Amino acid sequence: MIVNIARKELKSLFASPMGWIILALLMFGFGFLYLDGVNKYFEVMSGSIRPAERQGITIFVGQNVYGAANFLMTVAIPILTMRLISEERRSQTLPFLFSAPISLTEIVVGKFLGMVIFLGILVLYIFIMLSSMNIWADIDFGYLIGNSFGLILLIGSFCALGIYFSSLTSQPIIAAISTFIALFAMVIFGNFTASDPGHWFGHISMSKHFQSFTRGVIDTSDVIYFILFIVTFITLTIRRLDSDRLTG
Amino acid sequence: MAVSTLQAINLSRNFGANYAVSDVSFSLEKGEVLGFLGPNGAGKSTTMRMLTGNLAPSDGSVKICGIDMVNEPKKAKEMIGYLPEMRPLYKELTVDEFLTIAARFHKVESSKISKSVEVAKDKCGLGHMSKRLIENLSNGYQQRVGIAQAIIHEPQIVILDEPTVGLDPIQIREIRNLIKEIGKKHSVILSTHILPEVEMVCDRVQIIDKGSLVFNGSIEELKKQRRGNKLLVGFTKIPTKKELIDIPGVTQVDAIDNTMCRIHFKEKYLPAEEIVALSVKNKWGLFHIAPDITSLEDIFVQLTQIKK
Repeated sequence: MIVNIARKELKSLFASPMGWIILALLMFGFGFLYLDGVNKYFEVMSGSIRPAERQGITIFVGQNVYGAANFLMTVAIPILTMRLISEERRSQTLPFLFSAPISLTEIVVGKFLGMVIFLGILVLYIFIMLSSMNIWADIDFGYLIGNSFGLILLIGSFCALGIYFSSLTSQPIIAAISTFIALFAMVIFGNFTASDPGHWFGHISMSKHFQSFTRGVIDTSDVIYFILFIVTFITLTIRRLDSDRLTG
Repeated sequence: MAVSTLQAINLSRNFGANYAVSDVSFSLEKGEVLGFLGPNGAGKSTTMRMLTGNLAPSDGSVKICGIDMVNEPKKAKEMIGYLPEMRPLYKELTVDEFLTIAARFHKVESSKISKSVEVAKDKCGLGHMSKRLIENLSNGYQQRVGIAQAIIHEPQIVILDEPTVGLDPIQIREIRNLIKEIGKKHSVILSTHILPEVEMVCDRVQIIDKGSLVFNGSIEELKKQRRGNKLLVGFTKIPTKKELIDIPGVTQVDAIDNTMCRIHFKEKYLPAEEIVALSVKNKWGLFHIAPDITSLEDIFVQLTQIKK
């Protein structure tokens, strides 16, 4: 049933120009970063003659591309997730889902997965784009896979937060704005305490946890952080929808 | 005794201190079309939302073919098709796409989906609209899509909340015929505030007012209440009350104006012929004689005001 909800969500995304436009803009953005990374690589590396100064092309270009994902997703995801539930609330289509033999958990998880799969297309695209460097260089696929995994987790967390805010209101725009503010805060938290890397405030920041992925490290504590984040907001969304049923 | 497919037991629902529905109990038999009648804000939609599991009842329970809606919502919901007052349509999709999704959500086997979509479209007269976006359909056709969505999984019970609101007379007639058609195979609950609609479509009527049931009976009973033992009679030269009351069986005479009067009579008597004979004999100038039928609206008003 979860799969059916996800399929419906994907169908709706591709039925409107919105999905296509956002996907195209994001691909353009990441493509530009990739090109920029490759160009800069030759500039920087031609200046560094000693072997110690040299860096692999995978990490150099990869950091350029994945490092900016944080920021690009903060802008793009609220626009995508804002409709998930608030649009249904506004056009009163929620009873269609509620009166079908589907549980609330299946509805919310299905919608969440639909969104993650949609953005998964982008992750796959970035992976293929970076792999194309393999034609003339020898690249580190482990680094790419680790980063793709991190990016999926980041997208998942953003979407979970987005779907929660979307369930709170019947105005998609309000959902988008509040999601954007919340995501922006999550991403820049870490910068407040940059001078003190051990500070607890830095630990709840999302960018700090994503950074280790962009260095090519998969740390279980980061993975758990993202998974906990996703589960928390999915649960809150389910609770929110359940209270609709209880309080009317 | 017929099998009851839906049972509502002491349903209540309050919003804060307001009781929208209080202590409503009824059951729906197999193959029956039940009309749910009531003025605006009487609690029709609230009851329907509870029956379909969209709203949790504050008290009481709903059983669909013996399965409790609160304890086993998934199983119970499989047997219901519901069209809410605001039709829940994904307008960015085409009719086919939407109905396919509806079939999938209602657990129609994947091999049978395309067939059940065809059947539902056929029943609702949507065959030539398959590839159109729902957004671009007229009001009446959107309503048909809503109904198609509710019957696509061949549910035991179809619940329609005000299905004819906002449609033009021709569309209303078509939708009514469609509901009658559906009523042959499924049990139907239909809410409305249009009285003649109930008379045309339903087998049984329930009238709800301010959250509680005020009438529950067959359409025949409702009609009987309408007819009553009354005659509406018109004379050019109206006789005195006494002359009329002396006719055997007549219990009461109310003058309406200079020419018309209403004659009440006892059960089993029919004084019409006597009145005609007397009128000819005494030259009262009879020009109108007919059973006095209380309009449905009047009964409705009577029933909903009894409590006050």
